[in-house]
Amino acid sequence: MDYDDATEVQFTGVVVTATLQKLLHAMLRSVRDLLPIVVVILFFQFAVLQQPLPDIGQLLIGVLFVVLGLTFFIHGLEQGLFPIGESMAHAFARKGSIFWLIAFAFCLGFGTTVAEPALIAVAAEAANVAANGEMIANSQEAKENYANGLRFTVALSVGLAIVIGVVRILKGWPIQWIIIGGYILVVIMTIFAPQEIIGIAYDSGGVTTSTITVPLVTALGVGLASSIKGRNPMIDGFGLIAFASLTPIIFVMAYGIIIQ
Amino acid sequence: MNIFTDLLAVTINTVSDVLPIAVIIFGFQFVVIRKVPAHLGKILLGFLWVLIGLSFFLLGLEWCLFPLGRLMAEQLTDPAFIAAANSGAEIAGTINWQDYYWVYIFAFLIGFSTTIAEPSLMAVAIKANEVSGGAIGVWGLRISVAIGVAVGISLGCYRIVVGDPIHWYIIAGYVIVVIQTSVAPKLIIPLAYDSGGVTTSTVTVPLVAALGLGLSETVPGRNPLIDGFGLIAFASLFPIISVMAYAQLSEFIAKRNNVDDSEPEPEPEPEL
Repeated sequence: MDYDDATEVQFTGVVVTATLQKLLHAMLRSVRDLLPIVVVILFFQFAVLQQPLPDIGQLLIGVLFVVLGLTFFIHGLEQGLFPIGESMAHAFARKGSIFWLIAFAFCLGFGTTVAEPALIAVAAEAANVAANGEMIANSQEAKENYANGLRFTVALSVGLAIVIGVVRILKGWPIQWIIIGGYILVVIMTIFAPQEIIGIAYDSGGVTTSTITVPLVTALGVGLASSIKGRNPMIDGFGLIAFASLTPIIFVMAYGIIIQ
Repeated sequence: MNIFTDLLAVTINTVSDVLPIAVIIFGFQFVVIRKVPAHLGKILLGFLWVLIGLSFFLLGLEWCLFPLGRLMAEQLTDPAFIAAANSGAEIAGTINWQDYYWVYIFAFLIGFSTTIAEPSLMAVAIKANEVSGGAIGVWGLRISVAIGVAVGISLGCYRIVVGDPIHWYIIAGYVIVVIQTSVAPKLIIPLAYDSGGVTTSTVTVPLVAALGLGLSETVPGRNPLIDGFGLIAFASLFPIISVMAYAQLSEFIAKRNNVDDSEPEPEPEPEL
């Protein structure tokens, strides 16, 4: 048993060293990813604005946290988010129930967007703009109603976008016609939408896709395209996020037109 | 300022962000698919790592990069700084768009560097590299997206300074996208469209929003409520153009090399 224990200890030792080495490599990669921001900030602080750094100690801890966080996130991405996204896509494809697939697509789009902090911030800001432009009454209640309405509009549009994207993968439609059609719709609606909402509408396309949604949705698309015969994961698998950043623009402008 | 209370607060926030997603995923997994996915333990552990990673990441950003970046955006758009940088050669009260050159340079560099650090772009780049069998390099994609964001944000700052209406820029961008779509390699198109949406996330949005707000508050005649918006729209449109341009460029180089290769090479002298 001494012998067994010894090999086990040795084996564990090898595994631990290998894991540590992997972690070190991953951390070095994160450092490299963050280096550009640090260089830019330092350059502007010292060379352009010519000011000393405020609290250096806190700054260093902050950078360390960012590096660690990025390393853990990427690890979790490869261990958790990618595999579950793909395994669900395969399972739905095998199950062959289009209804459930579409229900899942809608829930994923709607559910991840409605609670998105960036969207909540933008919706509140948009309510201020609307109150200033005298589109709605300048009261707390009116603003809150407006902001909530906008939030649900955007979440609905993202849910719809993922559904359209999934149907496109199933049918194998070329993406460019749908996207270009969307662009034309955006241009037409820009003519009719109130001036104040246009900037917010264009921005809302960018804020809906969060750091957790993107990997999941990408894995879902690629997984679906690779488990359906005749689909190319490169051509058909990508594009879900493109829909999710186009439909909010259209829906927010529509919301602005209707409220007006 | 206590590290642990901050960490706890951020973790709770992250958990509440991740929770609805986890409920949907595992709800469908167990109720509809009714099958335990392979490596469930590993996947759950992965979710935990994502949670911890995002919390640390956000807290670190909130501690070091965001305050400095926001302060910089304020200072660079401050009229006093603009006047000092131009040593008062202009008549007071008039503002030329050229006077804001440090703002454009900052916008370009901060757009580029924050995009390189954007976790969701890394995710898409990893996936694209895997799916294309290595044909699309992780760094090639990330750098071309970053260039697109950089150009987009500096152009967006220029627009705020001169006060042009945003829709002409966006419509012009759409026209370029449509033209490129008809000539770019087919394989890249969906990925290029996607890269517009992934760029503006955790790292980029807070800094870019501060820049837009600072600029529209200090440039005379701009309304922050109307002109402060729109930078994110620029940052999500221009990567589409730059990613397609990257694919076109790689195709062009590959073709030229192929042409060179297919030319009959001079026969080596037979050795005697």
